[in-house]
Amino acid sequence: MIILTIIGMSLATMIPRIIPGFLVDKLQFRPWVNRWLNAIPYAALGALIFPGILSVIPEQPFIGIIGGLVAIVLAYFGLNVVLVVLGSILAVFLLTI
Amino acid sequence: MDQAVSREKESQAIHMLRKGLATGFPIMLGYLPIALTYGVLARQTGLSLVELTMMSGLVYAGASQFMAVNMIAVSASAMEIIIATFVLNFRHFVMSLSFMNRLRNVERKWKLPLSLGLTDESFAVSAFHPKEANQKNGAYFYLGIFVMAYFSWVSGSLLGGVLGDVIPANLSQSMGIALYAMFIGLLVPSVKKNLRVGLIAVIAMLINFACVEIGMSSGWAIVVGTILGGAAGIFLLKEEVE
Repeated sequence: MIILTIIGMSLATMIPRIIPGFLVDKLQFRPWVNRWLNAIPYAALGALIFPGILSVIPEQPFIGIIGGLVAIVLAYFGLNVVLVVLGSILAVFLLTI
Repeated sequence: MDQAVSREKESQAIHMLRKGLATGFPIMLGYLPIALTYGVLARQTGLSLVELTMMSGLVYAGASQFMAVNMIAVSASAMEIIIATFVLNFRHFVMSLSFMNRLRNVERKWKLPLSLGLTDESFAVSAFHPKEANQKNGAYFYLGIFVMAYFSWVSGSLLGGVLGDVIPANLSQSMGIALYAMFIGLLVPSVKKNLRVGLIAVIAMLINFACVEIGMSSGWAIVVGTILGGAAGIFLLKEEVE
């Protein structure tokens, strides 16, 4: 039963992932559509960051915000993404002990 | 002579693969604690090691897997779980469309494996390294990112199932910030170069937030935020933007 569920879930995640590859092969997009698609990464990151970041520590949304602000500052000063991640984990860790 | 040429080609490919693996390393930092937690939770819910690892290998979608484990715990039907998975992961359709449009110059044989390995994180990291798509052996670079992500997720899940709670609770809770920090770390350098990019992200955030507030499921809210936020790019972006 669980195996069937897994296979069904697998199809449900695979199909949306692979269809665009075939679509893009068949279609040439107008420039405005290309601008739209090129903006998707920025929009996706925005939507993935907020409001999800508020629930890092579900009872204390401000901790997620502070972790995010630390990440912004570290990234602003040009630190490598790995260091941004580690710094932000450290900040949240210090706030939760 | 021919051999020398093919050897050089090979070393170029390996160079790109290595670069991809290194670029994907932050994903590993973000995935491991989440995958471990998933493994522990799935095991407690009664999934066998094989089942929980298989789910990570075949479904490969963190949020959906957590949701599925919760739904299995309350004995939801297979169909309910599958539909909920589809809704939660439909955003990958939009991301894959954007990514595949970037990969137009990449050989066709790479497109299927790359699209199968697309996650929020592998997409984000790849999308912020667009120039490799037009370089020689660029596919190997993305392959490196994707392999790093996939390996971290699947092995982390298994490890969680085998070892149980190995990371102290407050540390693993703190590590929940990792993926958000990675997203921010990717976004900020682009915003510094072009403020309009930041505006697109903020618009998407607000739309997503508003959709959640009016009671939309988080899966659809992210889809709507991404599509409408991206639409702002039609007006805000110039023809070619890095």
